[in-house]
Amino acid sequence: MRLLALAIGAAGLLLWPWAAPRYFVFLASLIVVNAIVAIGLNLLSGYTNQLSFGHAGFLAVGAYTAAIVATRSPGVPVVVALLAAALVTAAVGLLLGVPCLRLEGLYLAMATLAFGFVVVEAILNLDGLTRGNDGLRVPAARLGPWVLATDTARYYLVLAVGAVMVWAAGNLARTRTGRALLALRESEVAAQASGIHVARYKTLAFAISALYTGVAGGLFAFVVGFLSPDAFDVFLSVDFVAMIILGGLGSVPGSVAGAAVLTVLNDSLAGFQNYRPLIFGAILIASMLFMPGGIASAVRRLRTRWAGHPPMAPGSRRGLE
Amino acid sequence: MLRVEDLSISFGGLAALSGFSVEVAAREIVALIGPNGAGKSTVFNIVTGLERPASGRVTFLGRDLLAMGPHAIARCGIARTFQNTEVFRQLTVLDNVLIGCHAHLRAGALRGALGLPAVLREEGAARATARALLARLGLEGQAGVEARSLPLGLQKRLELARALAAEPRLLLLDEPAGGLNPTETQALMGLIVRLRDERGLTILLVEHDMELVMGVSDRVAVLNYGRKIAEGQPRAIAVEPAVVEAYLGREDD
Repeated sequence: MRLLALAIGAAGLLLWPWAAPRYFVFLASLIVVNAIVAIGLNLLSGYTNQLSFGHAGFLAVGAYTAAIVATRSPGVPVVVALLAAALVTAAVGLLLGVPCLRLEGLYLAMATLAFGFVVVEAILNLDGLTRGNDGLRVPAARLGPWVLATDTARYYLVLAVGAVMVWAAGNLARTRTGRALLALRESEVAAQASGIHVARYKTLAFAISALYTGVAGGLFAFVVGFLSPDAFDVFLSVDFVAMIILGGLGSVPGSVAGAAVLTVLNDSLAGFQNYRPLIFGAILIASMLFMPGGIASAVRRLRTRWAGHPPMAPGSRRGLE
Repeated sequence: MLRVEDLSISFGGLAALSGFSVEVAAREIVALIGPNGAGKSTVFNIVTGLERPASGRVTFLGRDLLAMGPHAIARCGIARTFQNTEVFRQLTVLDNVLIGCHAHLRAGALRGALGLPAVLREEGAARATARALLARLGLEGQAGVEARSLPLGLQKRLELARALAAEPRLLLLDEPAGGLNPTETQALMGLIVRLRDERGLTILLVEHDMELVMGVSDRVAVLNYGRKIAEGQPRAIAVEPAVVEAYLGREDD
């Protein structure tokens, strides 16, 4: 049953470019890019409860790194450019994560917010490298003999990388590291008593989160083909936070769902620029009020209801609902 | 095994502990008792690295615990439970216990993310261990339930399972019988003694329930206002005048 659903989903994703108009292929690529960011952000905010309003900054670091690598060394395989984006952004995440160890909640949010502004300023000032406000044209991605010059080709690249990232995040979440991150969110005292090094795992969460966002940034650069600093403003960071709240904190499939819904919504509201924040805000408030835990937990609840008898112990609070 | 010497610490000018010492030998069960606020939990917090004393020494198997962070102390083989339970509330019962196994698992972030066969084998083994522990503590039916939905008594058992998953040599139990009814307390007493006998565990416990203290301890140390006022066999402690006074007050005439 599960396998069947997975197979149908995979077939749908693979056949999408044949079924959909060109613009929707581009939109699907954007969804996958945002989903990778959302997973990365969720590993930081949802898993370890370190809220970040600076992920547009990480996305920019990844995007510019990949673009600069591809520009400076023409013909470099796209995999190398993406790897460079991943590593550089992870290093930046590590550098930001260490001083942020002492910060919590609102203060951490402020620090990451500031980081986002710093990145944009850096892009403007390093115009020798980034061409500042003029923007940077990104050469087409290359993979061996192929040049990925069409929306469809880029879509398959993004989809392949996205599948690997989702798979890896799922593995990570299910094993020792993922549990350690969740333990930190729930109780630092008890996590320490179980031998979990709090500082190390909090920093690791920053690095992994940045790495994911860096890869997404690299893909973003090739998908849109042109980078300018105003694409990475604070509102984008807020959008990412909205994606994981709507999707479900601490859930990998939830991150993907949240990214999909908000990317499509963002796109369909493009014509109503002035009302966009209003509609967005209303959706967020409604989802927090009526769907705490996001799409992920709503699906979980529905599934329990359909299964008839919940997998809860009789008498437990959830079982009595 | 555990040697606590001359600990002093004060909070806001109030001495929580002054010159407190206690020793626990291997496979011994030692109880720390005393009125509320006597400093019992503070001893636990110092031993596990959550608080730093103004003066004193704490060594475990010859290693200086005061020079280590809480996670490093846990890795030396010291596990604990908490007075007001500290289960990972929104995680499943099984995950709670698996986190207890953390120090014994090897998979790092990269190997975990790649889902290598060695990682999967290790995970499988850890899950088997965790389920066996849950069965041992009568929680096997609740493995998939969120920890916060368990009643307090079961949360306490879950904490014990999590602590045992770390395969400790020294177990610190902070009021294990708090909130349990007499039948549950009886079962707990049997469990504590069996843990020592079967697993060779050394146990230091803080407890108010005198039946449990008298029933399981080899030795009892009594704290009052941060000072040790008596120490010895349970029977002898129960009639010690200083102890009776601390608990019941002085008879003025």
